[in-house]
Amino acid sequence: MDFNGKLVALWTVIRREVLRFFRIWTQTLLPPVITQSLYFVIFGSFIGSQIRDVNGVSYMAFIVPGLVMMSVITSSYANVSGSFFGAKFQKNYEEWLVSPTPNWVVLTGYVIGGVLRGLLVGLIVFGVSFFFVQPVIHDFAMICIFILLTALLFSLGGLLNAIYATKFDDISIVPTFVLTPLTYLGGVFYSIKDLPEFWQNVSRLNPVLYMVDGFRYGFFGIADVSVWQSVAVLVLFTFVILSSTLYLMKKGVGLKN
Amino acid sequence: MENTKNAIEVSGLVKVYDNGTRALNGVDLTIKSGDFFGLLGANGAGKTTIIGILSGLVNKTEGGAKILGIDIDRDHNAAKKQMGLVPQEFNFNIFEKVIDIVTQQAGFFGIPLSQALKNAEPILKKLDLWNKKDQASRTLSGGMKRRLMIARALVHHPKLLILDEPTAGVDVELRHSMWDYLRHLNAHGTTILLTTHYLEEAEQMCKNVAIIKEGEIVKSGNVKSLIGAIDKQTYVVTVSKLVNGGTNGTISGYDFTVVDENTVEVDLGVHQSVNDLVHLLNEQGIQVQDLRPKGNRLEQLFLNILKG
Repeated sequence: MDFNGKLVALWTVIRREVLRFFRIWTQTLLPPVITQSLYFVIFGSFIGSQIRDVNGVSYMAFIVPGLVMMSVITSSYANVSGSFFGAKFQKNYEEWLVSPTPNWVVLTGYVIGGVLRGLLVGLIVFGVSFFFVQPVIHDFAMICIFILLTALLFSLGGLLNAIYATKFDDISIVPTFVLTPLTYLGGVFYSIKDLPEFWQNVSRLNPVLYMVDGFRYGFFGIADVSVWQSVAVLVLFTFVILSSTLYLMKKGVGLKN
Repeated sequence: MENTKNAIEVSGLVKVYDNGTRALNGVDLTIKSGDFFGLLGANGAGKTTIIGILSGLVNKTEGGAKILGIDIDRDHNAAKKQMGLVPQEFNFNIFEKVIDIVTQQAGFFGIPLSQALKNAEPILKKLDLWNKKDQASRTLSGGMKRRLMIARALVHHPKLLILDEPTAGVDVELRHSMWDYLRHLNAHGTTILLTTHYLEEAEQMCKNVAIIKEGEIVKSGNVKSLIGAIDKQTYVVTVSKLVNGGTNGTISGYDFTVVDENTVEVDLGVHQSVNDLVHLLNEQGIQVQDLRPKGNRLEQLFLNILKG
């Protein structure tokens, strides 16, 4: 298959993924927006008004980047894991398996689909935050780098999960028992500087901390961890999961007999 | 130089599944370009495994395969480009529209949407699905779903079409129209590899067949030659009264098996004739009311081989 053919195949996967999440927008776009809006109302307005500023930023403003990032993480992950496992469940993944489309094209298509949904949901949630707090941007480039890397990493994570999954339960275990705790403990609602030193060190083992912290830096110019250290952690995790996923697809794990 | 006269060349193909099942035990098979080839075998004989390896759905354990001269170990993607697969089970997204399923498949073969739509239209019309093109595939009947899979496999105009039990569960009228379409494709140069349980289908459609048993090809060749080599055929004879006193046995060289008081089965060897059999029965005062082969001839061969 020549380069143009690969581009056509890539566009086919992306188009299918985007059409899919728009077709079921009440399941894919609406729920995270409602959930995050409730966080804004309860934690930001009701409770947040009684909490002191964090690193010189009002609590309401402080949680906005974390909540946007939380929606990006869950949406990009769920998009790829749900769609890819759905294709495995209905066996329509065989459509590309019997075609000359290389694995990396399929992977790229699914991941771009996940990234697009993650970014779209993140953008909507960010838009909703305007009702509660005046937006501030310190470093737009960092905002873009962190949101893109995070959506990319969790789209890849969703794909890895779906490759191994053999039943629907398998694609809900990771979000419930791994992603949710990591996200809640990743500094969405607090600065790790407020934690005892031991828990600060434990928190540094959580990759979500680096995403939330770096993203927040883009808005307020404040960070608990060095921004470039956060970028390095994200790039490293992305590289490891990308390599693992490509290797598994090449071997046909979870796909071929 | 590659030998492109062969559509498929398989040599020493072995497949052992993770659970230890040895599905293929050194299969050698050659199918010439332009052939209409039938791969026959009982359930679990290894037909689908061979197709799975050729199409990229199954990893082989040992051996090699070439598709239109392209070694699948060297460039499987180039080989897949020449091939269309109609699998045994429905494997499309039930929420997608018919036209999307077909054009997306073209996309996976590098065909842009505008061209894919042009390719899809005559195929969907020929398969009587054009007026269903905007319907979700889950709303189609079983026969339509089967035809959708054929349309999807043809949208990139493959030189080799592989069909795994394509007429399973399809009604007689539709089956015959599908046969006509497959004959039309073959006449226009598409090599066809067909697996089927309907041996009548294989006898009518295929030029050459191979019979696979427990992961090995036990017989292969031209259908007419294979049928010509059958040393006996069983006939079901409806008679006016009990033959041989109602017991199984041999009369004048004919082996009779009594089914009921008006029906017997008779094995006729290559040197025995139906005329002589009727004459023999008439001499015994028995009228022959009906006489027909028990199964078609290929079925007879198939059963003979399976029984060993």
